[in-house]
Amino acid sequence: MHPALQGLLTIVIGVGGCVGYFYFSNQILDRVIFPARGTNAGRNINRANMVRPWLFLFPAIFALGLYLAYPVFETLRLSVTDRDLGGAFVGFDNYTQMFGEAKFWEALRNNMLWLLIVPAAATGFGLLAAQLTDRISWGNLAKSLIFMPMAISFVGAAVIWKLVYDTRPVEQDQIGVLNAIWLAFEPGFASTLILKLGPVAILACLVVAALSVIGWVVGTIPRMATDFGDWFGSGLKVAVIAVLIGSIGYLMTQMLNIVRWTPPYGEPQTWLTLGLWNNFFLMVVLIWIQTGFAMVILSAALRGIPEETVEAAIVDGANPFQIFFKIKVPQIMGTIVVVWTTITLVVLKIFDIVFAMTNGQWETQVLANYMYDKLFRSFDWGVGSASAMIIMLLVTPILVWNVRNARKEMR
Amino acid sequence: MADIADRGAFATAAGQIRRGIFGSKTEAGAAGGKATLTWAVHLSVALLVFLWLFPTVGLFVSSFRTADQIASTGWWKALFPAEQNLTIRAAAPETQIEQDGMFVIEGNLFEDGAEAEISVWGISSRAIGAFEPGQTAELRRGGTITVQADGAYRMENADAFEGSRGQRVFVTATTPPEFTLGNYDTVLGKDVARNLIIYAVAALIFFFVLRFIFRTNESPIAGVIPGAGGLVLFVALALVFGLSSGAVEGAQTTDDMAGAFFSTLTVTIPSTIIPIVIAAFAAYALAWMDFPGRALLIAAVVALLVVPLQLALIPLLKLHLGIGIGKGYLGVWLAHTGFGLPLAIYLLRNYMVGLPRDIIECAKVDGATDFQIFVRIILPLSFPALASFAIFQFLWTWNDLLVAKVFLIDATGETTVMTNAIVELLGTRGGNWEILATAAFVSIAVPLLVFFAMQKYLVRGLLAGSVK
Repeated sequence: MHPALQGLLTIVIGVGGCVGYFYFSNQILDRVIFPARGTNAGRNINRANMVRPWLFLFPAIFALGLYLAYPVFETLRLSVTDRDLGGAFVGFDNYTQMFGEAKFWEALRNNMLWLLIVPAAATGFGLLAAQLTDRISWGNLAKSLIFMPMAISFVGAAVIWKLVYDTRPVEQDQIGVLNAIWLAFEPGFASTLILKLGPVAILACLVVAALSVIGWVVGTIPRMATDFGDWFGSGLKVAVIAVLIGSIGYLMTQMLNIVRWTPPYGEPQTWLTLGLWNNFFLMVVLIWIQTGFAMVILSAALRGIPEETVEAAIVDGANPFQIFFKIKVPQIMGTIVVVWTTITLVVLKIFDIVFAMTNGQWETQVLANYMYDKLFRSFDWGVGSASAMIIMLLVTPILVWNVRNARKEMR
Repeated sequence: MADIADRGAFATAAGQIRRGIFGSKTEAGAAGGKATLTWAVHLSVALLVFLWLFPTVGLFVSSFRTADQIASTGWWKALFPAEQNLTIRAAAPETQIEQDGMFVIEGNLFEDGAEAEISVWGISSRAIGAFEPGQTAELRRGGTITVQADGAYRMENADAFEGSRGQRVFVTATTPPEFTLGNYDTVLGKDVARNLIIYAVAALIFFFVLRFIFRTNESPIAGVIPGAGGLVLFVALALVFGLSSGAVEGAQTTDDMAGAFFSTLTVTIPSTIIPIVIAAFAAYALAWMDFPGRALLIAAVVALLVVPLQLALIPLLKLHLGIGIGKGYLGVWLAHTGFGLPLAIYLLRNYMVGLPRDIIECAKVDGATDFQIFVRIILPLSFPALASFAIFQFLWTWNDLLVAKVFLIDATGETTVMTNAIVELLGTRGGNWEILATAAFVSIAVPLLVFFAMQKYLVRGLLAGSVK
């Protein structure tokens, strides 16, 4: 059968089947099992109404259970068994094997890098774009255009950015923008200013930001203690501080490296094979996509700020920067955190970009692609499932936090 | 939408926000009167937009250039006349004619119609700029050649020219920007792009005519007629006159990309519609029916929103193979349905909870059953939320690579989706930018169209709670 016809038939059967199921199951419930007449009419109506929600929910619960809940446990089971031994229980052997592989640690390190940089950069740019576009007449158009990459697939984005990073031999014209810009640099004062002082200044800003976040986290300990109230909050805080201290150290060494670095002027670079740096070039793609999302959400949040608070600040003589950082940002902190965690979730599962651009070569491996390699290239379901469980483990804190928030909201 | 990979996240984010939709609001007084600051804002936004647009425009422009143009200059130079160094052969000696006792070869270095202006030229690779237009050069093997600025040349010799190949001429020429639909012919089939453009223009004109006719009619149906009419005309034209007039000779990718396009469509449409039906009923139960365990179920849906679908790959593939579905469309439809449900239920429930309680209670008092209330009242009122989810799910299934790779594409590779076809092109034809750029642009054109046409619903979906 032609696939298009099959698709049409599936729509008809799927939709018709669902609607038919809902209609007839309700009919049977009301007419046959608990008919609303005779001596027990009242009791029957009550009984039918007790059963009905489950009729409405059954297909959804069935599909959710089969396609999302069951796989979690099945993956857990697979991760402690060995396929070659006929599914025998092997304890933590798969995990031990995985922890012994350099590629796994590379993937974990890269995922952590992605985790630190992408949500921060995308949220930052999104906030900037939201604030700036809110104040100009053609803001809507600008927003639409910045938002546009959201519609583009990761694979499409990978092609778009591969063209940007393209490299030609030195004697030919460069067709990648990045190399064309790079070749415009020549040894001299201006280049040093842009290539060294610029990055150092950015890194210094990041160090300052990290320090102030540490200060903020330490400062909110009493308040957080009541907010989170338990081990979950404290654990999260300690983890955040540890990660921040680690990254400050890392940033400092990178600053030193940049100062010592002699740029290879005049040589076209193959950006995607430049160990470690290539990770940043891949991250740019995701930041480019996610900024629009952050911008739309944050722009709505900014608009939700009560006018009076801003007006009061103006009356008190605050300048635009003070208004932004001291009045607006604190009021939308909740939304910023939500956007941040949302992008964090995307980053944890990032697969397509790496798969399409480098396939994990040249030290760009990430967990999801590592897992795909294990599952579908080396057919090692045990280790593949074990790495999937690692992704699940990383997602769990956000899962818990989301469920808590949802429950709080419902009350 | 690529990052609906993390669809859960949307919903959670959305749940936090209660106000605001696209729309600009100038901040009263915040920047009041400070002209420099306003200018700085305009400039920064312009820079941001430029940076965000630049890569996509690069792909777009490249898809209209020939392979040679792409390989020789950056696409940003394509928009302006460019100076190029070209090596061109004059006509072969067999075309020579005898004129007044001289053997003559005449012609134009540039193919018909190409407007280029030669600034300097030469006949040796070591001195490509030896002569000005109009000057005459002595050929090494006897005879002379004269090249004019417009590419016309004349070779003269007392003896006959010999050899099988024409004289090499090195020219430095300024060529005007040149664009072609040839890549689209290669990727989609001959004339497809041209026909699509013609039909689209016709449909658009029809749309505006209809809108003009119905401009005073305010019934809801009249609001839909122009759009529907344009669409119908477009489809009718495509069916009556056809799209392609055959494949381009020697093009390997034609069948793949056109086939992949329809495969993607086949994957996408059922995967978008089926979850909506299932989720709508469940969302109604979670929003408006009282039963023990409701709160727990909602919490479970929120939890499932963030479960990475990577975990589901192996268990479900095993399941599909075990019960005989195997790899194919049915499998991928089921998988997309399952993975899309949490977001669908969450979005729709959030929306339905906000509907006015009075309407539902009135209907109940009048003796309507739950099924009737749902079909007659809730479903029509929930249209905006249904549309938002439909767009999310459409973009996500269209852009998906992983689910298709695992559940659809089998060893024979007969069914493939566009994302996968592009990844394979990246592997096999990583250097053929004209094919890659065109294929990628074809695959992102549909989501972009949906995005710009339905942006309102998309944003509303992102901010799901905004209706409250």
